Amino acid sequence: MSHLLRYIFEPGFFGSGPVHVALAVGTVIAITSAVVGVFTVTRGQSFAGHSLADIATTGGSGAFLIGINQFWGYLAFGAGAAAFMEMIGVQRRRGRDVATGVVLGAALGLAALFLYLGTQSSTTTGASFTILFGSMFVITSSTVPVLIVSALLALATVVVLARVLLLSSLSPEIAAARGVPVRAVGAAYLMALAVSVALSAVIIGAVLSTALLIGPAATALRVAKGPVRAMAVAAGIGVAATWLGIVLAYDSFYWPPAGRGWPVSFFVVTLIVGGYLVTYLRRRDRREAQPEMPPEALEEEQVCSPA
Amino acid sequence: MMTAGLLRLDGVGVQLGGREILRDVSFTIRPGEFTGLIGPNGAGKTTLLRIILGLQPVTRGSVLIDGAPRPPRDASIGYVPQKLAIEPDMPLRVRDVVSLGIDGHKFGIRLPSRARRELVADMLAAVGAQRYADARVGELSGGEQQRVMIAHALISRPRLLLLDEPLANLDISSEQGIVSVLARLARAEGIAVLLSAHDMNPLMPVMDRIVYVAAGRVAVGRTDEVVQPEVLSRLYGQHVDVIRVHGRVLVVAAPEGVDAAEAVAEDASAVR
Repeated sequence: MSHLLRYIFEPGFFGSGPVHVALAVGTVIAITSAVVGVFTVTRGQSFAGHSLADIATTGGSGAFLIGINQFWGYLAFGAGAAAFMEMIGVQRRRGRDVATGVVLGAALGLAALFLYLGTQSSTTTGASFTILFGSMFVITSSTVPVLIVSALLALATVVVLARVLLLSSLSPEIAAARGVPVRAVGAAYLMALAVSVALSAVIIGAVLSTALLIGPAATALRVAKGPVRAMAVAAGIGVAATWLGIVLAYDSFYWPPAGRGWPVSFFVVTLIVGGYLVTYLRRRDRREAQPEMPPEALEEEQVCSPA
Repeated sequence: MMTAGLLRLDGVGVQLGGREILRDVSFTIRPGEFTGLIGPNGAGKTTLLRIILGLQPVTRGSVLIDGAPRPPRDASIGYVPQKLAIEPDMPLRVRDVVSLGIDGHKFGIRLPSRARRELVADMLAAVGAQRYADARVGELSGGEQQRVMIAHALISRPRLLLLDEPLANLDISSEQGIVSVLARLARAEGIAVLLSAHDMNPLMPVMDRIVYVAAGRVAVGRTDEVVQPEVLSRLYGQHVDVIRVHGRVLVVAAPEGVDAAEAVAEDASAVR
């Protein structure tokens, strides 16, 4: 057993400071992203999440250029973009598609410029990589409290709004008729989304941050029926993928090419996608193996038709 | 007619983008009444329901509930909107949707309770939806979803239930199922029902009164008073015929060439 554990956890894993930080911060961020993600998928705003990630990339690279912590760049640009989306009305689908297409192109172009200028003026060649694809092992300890507090704030926001968000997703008309300030709730939710995108960007990079947001949630929505269970399952998947990703990335230091660890984000994203594919295949099997509806559902008034 | 009803619209008019959608709409709904809001597509039925719900401001006139203006959050009105586009991956089981009818408008978290579970189960049984209580709402058929949304609307014990085209796109047996569930609950609980439909026929056995909407105006009264060629011709502003065949009613426009003015000038005392 201990031999097996030693095989999985390479020497020094539990004694490493950066690993402790990565595990602690990764856990909190994975939970927040997964829970926020359940609502993102439910509200059909995965694309908005991805747009925020692209714009956060610009913010992160801008922050690098002027020499401040990248999290602030992700956060400022993400929140600004969320406010802008809310102003132009993300509900108008067609206008939204065109506008985001143009804006996102410009945002990534700016990111390229900032990264180019930044890496020219300093010698930190790894910066581009860190911003785009993240690195959990280089989180500076001074930012840890900020990250954890931001995550808890975003998580608290969606938990407090959970019921009204579900009701508004079911029918904004019903929600409005019952006195829910639908637009304000949507705006508050979009801010929580921007914050969790910024947080995910810290651990798996701005470009990949939606994977941590959408992947666990999409998988959970395939296996858990009710909202509370879906959030719990999503959080579980997010945390598992993050932890496993950290372990594998640490181990990969000894893999070829020896002496250089593979990026954490590669493992996290691969595990998340793998989990999604497993549920996808399993669900298809079940549907093929079973009749669509139990036979008793077809008696009485014949109101049931196969879903 | 002028007794204080549960709901009273008085001279209501609405303009949207400079276009007059509704003009001089007045009617009263009393407790326990089953009223059909009938009219062709685009006549303003949904607008009228949105006015009653407080989602659409009026340009003229007043909407009174129990003789007073509608409060912003009024639990006395339940609402079933037009067919919802619910994705199958929406993480809401049927029992979650009905449960949201109790307090889905509230912030914060709530803990599950036995009383609440029983209340939801009772409501599902009342609309005949208990069989699929644990199914995802997005995976149900249109008729099943309507039952669930009716349970969602009724669980907060409203005195007036508004339904927007609940029978649209349903097969005939689902249609009859929904109408009989509504009629039974309206009688048993004394709930007033205002239901919009472009076809009045499925409602004929249960409808106490009719609010017929056409060309932005309404004709109100008992079904047999309103569904008359003179009344409807005046409302439409052109000649229409009312054809009764095998107990069903068809309202059809006259062919080209029939003098509309003549038809409109006919007696319309039932219109008010």
